[in-house]
Amino acid sequence: MSKTFKIGGIHPHDNKISVNAAIEDFPVMERAFISMSQHLGAPAEPVVVKGDKVKTGQLIAKSSGFISANVHSSVSGTVHSIEMMPDLAGNLAQHIVINVEGDEWMEGIDRSPEIMREIILSSQEIIDRIAQCGVVGLGGAAFPTHIKLSPPPGKKAEFLLVNGAECEPYLTSDYRIMVENSEEILIGVKLMMSALGVKKSYLGIEENKPKAIKRMKEIASKGYPEIKIVSLKKRYPQGGEKQLIDAIVGRQVPSMGLPIDVGVVVQNVGTALAVYEAVQKNKPLFEGVVTVTGKCMPEQRNFRMRVGTTFESMIFAVGGFPKGAEKLVSGGPMMGKAVSRIEAASVKSTSALLLLTEEETKRGEESNCIRCAKCVDACPMGLEPYLLNRLSRANRLEDLEENMVHDCIECGSCLYVCPADIPLLDTIRLSKGKVLKIIRSRPKK
Amino acid sequence: MTATIIFTIASLTILGLVLALILYFTAQKFKVVEDPRIDEVETILPGANCGGCGYTGCRAFAEGCVNSESMDGLFCPVGGNDVMKKVAEYLGRTVAEKVPQVAVVRCNGNCDSRPKSNNYDGYTSCAVMASLYAGDTDCRYGCLGQGDCELSCEFDAIKMNPRTGLPEVDEEKCTACGACVKACPKMIIELRNKGPKGKRIFVSCINKDKGGVARKACAVACIGCTKCQKVCAYDAITITSNLAYIDYNKCKLCRKCVVECPTNAIWEVNFPVRVPKKVVAEVEKQ
Ligand code: SF4
Ligand code: SF4
Ligand code: SF4
Ligand code: SF4
Repeated sequence: MSKTFKIGGIHPHDNKISVNAAIEDFPVMERAFISMSQHLGAPAEPVVVKGDKVKTGQLIAKSSGFISANVHSSVSGTVHSIEMMPDLAGNLAQHIVINVEGDEWMEGIDRSPEIMREIILSSQEIIDRIAQCGVVGLGGAAFPTHIKLSPPPGKKAEFLLVNGAECEPYLTSDYRIMVENSEEILIGVKLMMSALGVKKSYLGIEENKPKAIKRMKEIASKGYPEIKIVSLKKRYPQGGEKQLIDAIVGRQVPSMGLPIDVGVVVQNVGTALAVYEAVQKNKPLFEGVVTVTGKCMPEQRNFRMRVGTTFESMIFAVGGFPKGAEKLVSGGPMMGKAVSRIEAASVKSTSALLLLTEEETKRGEESNCIRCAKCVDACPMGLEPYLLNRLSRANRLEDLEENMVHDCIECGSCLYVCPADIPLLDTIRLSKGKVLKIIRSRPKK
Repeated sequence: MTATIIFTIASLTILGLVLALILYFTAQKFKVVEDPRIDEVETILPGANCGGCGYTGCRAFAEGCVNSESMDGLFCPVGGNDVMKKVAEYLGRTVAEKVPQVAVVRCNGNCDSRPKSNNYDGYTSCAVMASLYAGDTDCRYGCLGQGDCELSCEFDAIKMNPRTGLPEVDEEKCTACGACVKACPKMIIELRNKGPKGKRIFVSCINKDKGGVARKACAVACIGCTKCQKVCAYDAITITSNLAYIDYNKCKLCRKCVVECPTNAIWEVNFPVRVPKKVVAEVEKQ
């Protein structure tokens, strides 16, 4: 029996048209633009200066502050400049620009395809190695992984949940690595388990990926009995932390709480692979799998791509702008971000570049709410989006807090189902920000 | 039979009297004394209930006036000095005259000078758009053009101009209540002194990027070149993070900076039209 979360959820068409495209290496670009703000928290601080020669995998910026992560060069060459450049949303971030010369890797990075199964490091050593290699969560939020693996004092993790749901339509990067790098992922999971000191782990995969489930189960049964592969029903937003915890272990994360409050840590399969490469192969996180897809595209591709590749070069690598492409999205159509500057570069957590046509992106004309309550049914957090929308427009912050606007995970399910095309998430997101600010500014008890 | 009727009338009368007495004493005991002046002050106020004074409405403002010691910090932007004088007179106080102000839009990047680099197809709201990204032009500071300011104005004084994509303020209607200032997520609108006969000079740009970056994004951006600062004899211009700002209390309206600005980012309003120097020179030649 497949599992799933209890409330809400929708079933968008999964459009996984790039499933059968095996991962190929993306050609290394001429110039890499490496952002210092690729993770949640404080931007990294550059440790190289203009004119320095760097090698692939060399540390070029150091984590600054408690929540931050190291950044490594994804190419070898000369530092051209360190400057403020727009990210995909047009907001400025510090970037290190590197002119590529050849592709010389740092010594010590194990590039052989051999699988390193033996775990020799202690839990603290594993966490340190993960921190050094700048691994961040690849499920979307890019939270530094070493912090998530060191629960605050007084809190103890019981389970590690690994998210292989990939519930977003179009995305296939996680699927591809589950099929092609299955054992590496399981070793990564084992490493994280030993870092956390937990005995049991679950890896959830949605039913629409039978091949991945089969392969993972096969390998897990051979040598990884502590990792249970769980088949999940196809339902969006299964990959949301709170939804996944509900689906697999049936626990509810309290409002404003973290998974660790119910004894769970959630990581993504991509992160597991990055952890494996960091710890067993000494390879910092500087490349990842990116799906380049869209119905208007002549071909669907999955690339292993260096961090700092511009969206422009991704499009040109697949034959230029296809006819009818209207909108570029980094990530999936539900929670991805529109790319407003094609000269912006990819970051560690970039999982896809999706091209949509006008037909696919068009929003309907907004009309009045007909009280069909479809949005209430769809909301996986049990909220009442139609009400939150009205309260948001009237800026009634107290009522909004009472109605738990701060619990919204911005999944967009409500907006997806609304027959009146009301911009529910747009207005809710605004007031969520305001309410969260108020809550956080209150003195802690 | 008659006895019953008499008994009923008598008992009800007594009951009524007793209850009336109880009610009378309770009313006396818990009487709320409201200052009758509040009602009076409220009638003097314009009754727009716009909140421009910082209170929730005209009644709350009237209460605030009556309950405070002096008139400091109390001002109804809609009624202006006249109304405040009347209120002060009624309350037997004095009030300092406030210089009339007006909302000023500090962005002049229209469709020609600030070309679009992408299309926004989301919900029509500046606040929503600002929460999503930096905007549909290369200027991260400029007007988003979705008209939140227009929506926020109770007096119909600020209107989007479809030709330029920028809001325009009708200075006759603007009461300087500050609603648009609060509504704009980009903090483009500022309340500035209206100036003598409405004459005023201001930098119509808030781009803090370095000159080259700002210029590339918008042809009429302030590039922080300091030319205006140097030409101003009254020290009215300060330049912080590549952006010039004119202090309206110091500016003597000499207009020197306006001609000096290489990008035409400084605006003059309500001055007589001047003949460009080039034309004058050419006319003289002939
Ligand atoms: S976006 Fe927020 S309100 Fe809408 S369905 Fe998702 S969690 Fe609920
Ligand atoms: S789905 Fe749309 S129309 Fe239906 S109740 Fe919710 S807001 Fe109203
Ligand atoms: S001035 Fe501000 S509120 Fe008005 S349209 Fe421009 S961005 Fe929106
Ligand atoms: S108009 Fe004259 S006084 Fe005013 S800021 Fe410009 S140069 Fe200075």
